[in-house]
Amino acid sequence: MSECIYTVSLSDTGESYPCSDEQNLLRAMEALGRKGIPVGCRGGGCGVCKIRVGEGRIRALKMSRAHVTAEEEAEGVVLACRAFPLSDLRLAVIGKMRKNLCRIQSAPGAGHKQT
Amino acid sequence: MACNDVLRPGHVQLRVLDMDDAHKHYTKRLGLIETGRDAQGRVYLKAWDEYDWFSVVLREADEPGMDFMAFKVRDTDALDRLEKAVREFGCNVERIPAGELEHCGERVRFDSPTGHTFELYAEKDFHGNAVGTTNPDCFCDEVKGMGAHRFDHCLLYGDDLDGTVKLFREALGFDLTEQVMDGDLMIGAFLTCSNKAHDLAIIRHAEKGKLHHASFYLESWDEVLRAADLISKYDISIDIGPTRHGITRGKTIYFFDPSGNRNEVFAGGSTWYPDQPTITWTTDQLGKAIFYHDRQLNERFLEVVT
Repeated sequence: MSECIYTVSLSDTGESYPCSDEQNLLRAMEALGRKGIPVGCRGGGCGVCKIRVGEGRIRALKMSRAHVTAEEEAEGVVLACRAFPLSDLRLAVIGKMRKNLCRIQSAPGAGHKQT
Repeated sequence: MACNDVLRPGHVQLRVLDMDDAHKHYTKRLGLIETGRDAQGRVYLKAWDEYDWFSVVLREADEPGMDFMAFKVRDTDALDRLEKAVREFGCNVERIPAGELEHCGERVRFDSPTGHTFELYAEKDFHGNAVGTTNPDCFCDEVKGMGAHRFDHCLLYGDDLDGTVKLFREALGFDLTEQVMDGDLMIGAFLTCSNKAHDLAIIRHAEKGKLHHASFYLESWDEVLRAADLISKYDISIDIGPTRHGITRGKTIYFFDPSGNRNEVFAGGSTWYPDQPTITWTTDQLGKAIFYHDRQLNERFLEVVT
């Protein structure tokens, strides 16, 4: 079976990029030098590349349950580094960097409070 | 209090999403050696220049991160003394029977204000390193990948930094080698029980109990560069480096295991003697403190944890 190339569209930016069904969504974006989904550990562990699949189908590998619950996964919420396209996709980015240390810098004493 | 009751970091138990992927990473890429598996499916690993049976334990789980980090103590009397000290500090303490981790003696497990679980133990079976103790060769040429020499330290993220620093300094006799200060607020602490720049580091962070990285020692900058080559050759998820830290002066590269736990391999680093003053870094110079060459803060390095 030869690989299939699908189009991944990001709702937030309106950008799109091609992604092979043998390539995870985050890696395909990175390999093309594109941006839009935050890049963290690339191993399903840190949660910063969390996305919601609005349109289309994906297959996903095991990812941290600390960041994606089974219920979320059933609704198409996954980590982009662990998800492979099975059709053209439209995604919304949910994950983000937390910026704790930077916030502490600008607001001393705020270190205990979660944003 | 250098070289007192607590001797050194002894082991770390890491959670991984897929044991086969993790095993390949920690043995073939990082260069650790498998020394056993237990009935729970945990895998025991050691570096080539370590003498005890294991220093890294991998456990398959639904989320990555660190289960616990352990320190080896001088003897069973020291274990009793330290158990009393952490109990009096206010930690929840339990004794884990010998053999729960194979080849390891009784462990004293305690929690910490930053939400991390730590352990102390006095006894672990002697395995021997790869070169022996009589007229040993200087290196092991059978080692794989990066050829990590030893498990060196962990950097952890948690909320009550002041509390955990107090625990390690007052109850366990660690020294504060370096600190990062935002005015009067400590945001980073580098602690040693030996004469290394750090045996444990902790950064203030909103969530409890997070792992920033588990670190492994290499001998030289050349070995760090070779690790960088292997990271590219085997398409390992890179974080940042090769570069150098202002803090600790270590020459370093960071990358992620297949479950997203960050690893470091590094060489060098400053020496600590207990009469030295604590080094202070201020947040207006944080870029230089963390990445001495770029002097730029890196969002992923600062914020991504498991």
